[in-house]
Amino acid sequence: MEIIAKRPEALTKEPFHYCPGCMHGVAHRLIAEAIDENGLINQIAGVAPVGCAVFAYKYFNCDMAEAAHGRAPAVATGIKRARPDMHIFTYQGDGDLAAIGTAEIVHSANRGEKISVFFVNNAIYGMTGGQMAPTTLPNMKTTTSPYGRNVDDIGYPIRMCELLATLVAPYYIERVSLLSPADIIRAKKAVNKAIRYNKENRGFTFIEFISTCPTNWGYEPEQARQWAKENMLPFFKLGVYRDKGEGVE
Amino acid sequence: MSKILMKGNEAIAEAAIRSGCRLYFAYPITPQSELIEYMAKMMPKVKGTFIQAESEVAAINMVYGAAGSGKRVMTSSSSPGISLKMEGLSYIAGAELPCVVVNVQRGGPGLGDIQPAQGDYFQATKGGGHGDYRLIVLAPSSVQEFADMASEAFDLADKYRNPVMILADGMLGQMMEPVEFKPAKTDAELQELANQHLSWCICPNEDGAKKHHHEINSLELDPQVLEQHVLGLLKKYAEIQKNEIRYETYNISDENEVLCVAWGTASRVVKSAINEVQKQGKSVGLIRPIRVWPYPYEAIKQVIGKNVKKVYVFELNSGQMVEDVKIAVEGKVPVDFWGKVGGVVFTPAEIKEKLEECF
Amino acid sequence: MTTEMICAGFGGQGVLTIGKFIAQAAMQEGKNVSWLPSYGPEMRGGTANVSTVVSTEPIASPIVSFPDVLVALNQPSIDKFAPSIRPGGLLIYNTNMCPRGCKREDITKIAVPMNDIASEIGSMIVLNMVATGVVIGKTDIIKYETLEGNLTSFMQEKNPDLLTKNLAAIKRGIEIAKQYT
Ligand SMILES: Cc1ncc(C[n+]2csc(CCOP(=O)(O)OP(=O)(O)O)c2C)c(N)n1
Ligand code: SF4
Ligand SMILES: [Mg+2]
Repeated sequence: MEIIAKRPEALTKEPFHYCPGCMHGVAHRLIAEAIDENGLINQIAGVAPVGCAVFAYKYFNCDMAEAAHGRAPAVATGIKRARPDMHIFTYQGDGDLAAIGTAEIVHSANRGEKISVFFVNNAIYGMTGGQMAPTTLPNMKTTTSPYGRNVDDIGYPIRMCELLATLVAPYYIERVSLLSPADIIRAKKAVNKAIRYNKENRGFTFIEFISTCPTNWGYEPEQARQWAKENMLPFFKLGVYRDKGEGVE
Repeated sequence: MSKILMKGNEAIAEAAIRSGCRLYFAYPITPQSELIEYMAKMMPKVKGTFIQAESEVAAINMVYGAAGSGKRVMTSSSSPGISLKMEGLSYIAGAELPCVVVNVQRGGPGLGDIQPAQGDYFQATKGGGHGDYRLIVLAPSSVQEFADMASEAFDLADKYRNPVMILADGMLGQMMEPVEFKPAKTDAELQELANQHLSWCICPNEDGAKKHHHEINSLELDPQVLEQHVLGLLKKYAEIQKNEIRYETYNISDENEVLCVAWGTASRVVKSAINEVQKQGKSVGLIRPIRVWPYPYEAIKQVIGKNVKKVYVFELNSGQMVEDVKIAVEGKVPVDFWGKVGGVVFTPAEIKEKLEECF
Repeated sequence: MTTEMICAGFGGQGVLTIGKFIAQAAMQEGKNVSWLPSYGPEMRGGTANVSTVVSTEPIASPIVSFPDVLVALNQPSIDKFAPSIRPGGLLIYNTNMCPRGCKREDITKIAVPMNDIASEIGSMIVLNMVATGVVIGKTDIIKYETLEGNLTSFMQEKNPDLLTKNLAAIKRGIEIAKQYT
């Protein structure tokens, strides 16, 4: 595949620390390529989450801030308002964005903050060793749902794209997957569009990546992708939820 | 009951359940995650409530609600998450609600690291949240003590209607030592616990026409009235200071030339070093506050023997408790401090060297 | 009597378990014990270690500055911890993964091809039990019978085959240690 041919300029030389088969690296690469392709390397800055991608601040070859758990969209708001001529993105996991950071993501979206949010949904807390996430599927076992996620007690997984699409302000919302080469190519297009809209200061852009965590799911990488295809995709439907640039409201 | 080899994080969880805790709300964070995971596994077995909250802020407010309902309730976290609980703790202290909060400290400030540290001493003992309030703060130094402090903490919380913090650290959380548990509360005891707060907590009206109206609240706009409320709190805190100071002395004698003060994990390392220098005929004593609020000021002053040339404070921070030691010592002998920061734990060899330099 | 021990190796070699089994058995034999693992990203990076203290006295520090016994399952563990072994102390190491060994002459060294032995027995999982056997054979930190009892009650039903292999590995370790007295 062409995308693994050379290291994008928007990535530093720092080697990724991710587990074998983890998709965080793929998501990083797609974002970095989009930064390169949009010629934004000198005008972009990012905000890293607390989660397995916590070291994203070392990986992206632009100025980066590390935020407290869940607060990246607020930090990004501060940067964007202080430096309106720059282009800002956040990179967040499901615990970070859809649990502790729910208020920040909803309100930055609602303000139509001109930032891009990249959201990696692996249905679990990777970094802390496999606890339940807000996106953990019904009956899925994690270390804090040892008997399986009981939806009568703790609710259903949160669909962030759908939730944010109830707001008027967001400009572009799409859910993509990283589970197959074909899906990655589609994801690349979406990431590119988000970064382009960001460059043009159009408004709030949000990409959700359906991903895996082989380590904490206890699967081999290929098995994990298969499991995600069978279990995550039916619940988290891929597609464009908002694209004001293309008339999708 | 025989001894079980267990991690501190699991031991405190088991002990809390045995103490009658049936409500637990928390959010995962290293190095305390085994605690929340143990609760996830065991609470359903005792028909208790476990909720992984969406954040530490939510968890502490769930605690506020459950404590306001008069039930034994606990939350736990590690340093960055405890910071988020500070707002809630101020409200809980203001509304005089009983609850237990466990802090398995790690290195800070900010995201810091996940190794053991004692950098939250100021936060725990001097405030952390806003306003004039105090937490009762218990500082375990072994897995057994960590576990024992569960029932102690709940009893203190109930007795004084005050939040109690157990201030542990990553080492106590991750380490395994033998523990012996107290027997679990019987159904009758649980019933008694459930009824103890009915005079003020949120509960169904069983008074017929004399319907009760309980308010769980920390708001009072009239400064004169708020003043009286806070003075009431202060009276309670004075009472706690009178009754609830606990400390351990180790190797204290008139021969002591150095008196060490250390708490929690740090005190374990200091004890090892004292054992070593003792072999060289050097006399060093240790006083360990078992509770760091209320603080044993008077006790420290009392155990400074006539030969003590120096009081030496060792902490896994940049020097926090040492300020209380200075208050206690009142300038009578020099107070020195040595510590490690950033989640680095000093070794017995390092402390030994520091002690040898005193002679 | 106090024995301070560090076990170290790659994550996945089961070093934490060596410490745990020894601490567990020593506790049952009436000793004081502590078990303090390394934790966190260090382990994801591939190395793990655990400090185990067994004593007839109350244990002050669970942190070990100068181990009496070091069990090293790979070379980085020797490089990191062997310099601090107490003079006269014991180093048990896995020759299959420690190509450079250890130069110290003031300690007892027991060199064991643990990978080879484990694969002879038929399961790499029991590598750590070979090491445990050497510790038992060379020190009197715990009795073999206590550990056998624990493993049996823990594994007999779930995995009798693995139990047999574990016990075989421990016995091989003990035999090897006996050659060093
Ligand atoms: C205030 C606070 N609470 C909790 C944590 C512990 N913590 C670190 S990462 C994480 C969850 C990460 O999960 P997710 O966002 O899904 O990212 P992933 O690791 O799965 O990519 C948690 C709870 C923290 N660092 N700060
Ligand atoms: S724990 Fe999961 S999310 Fe984290 S790096 Fe490993 S595979 Fe990726
Ligand atoms: Mg996740």
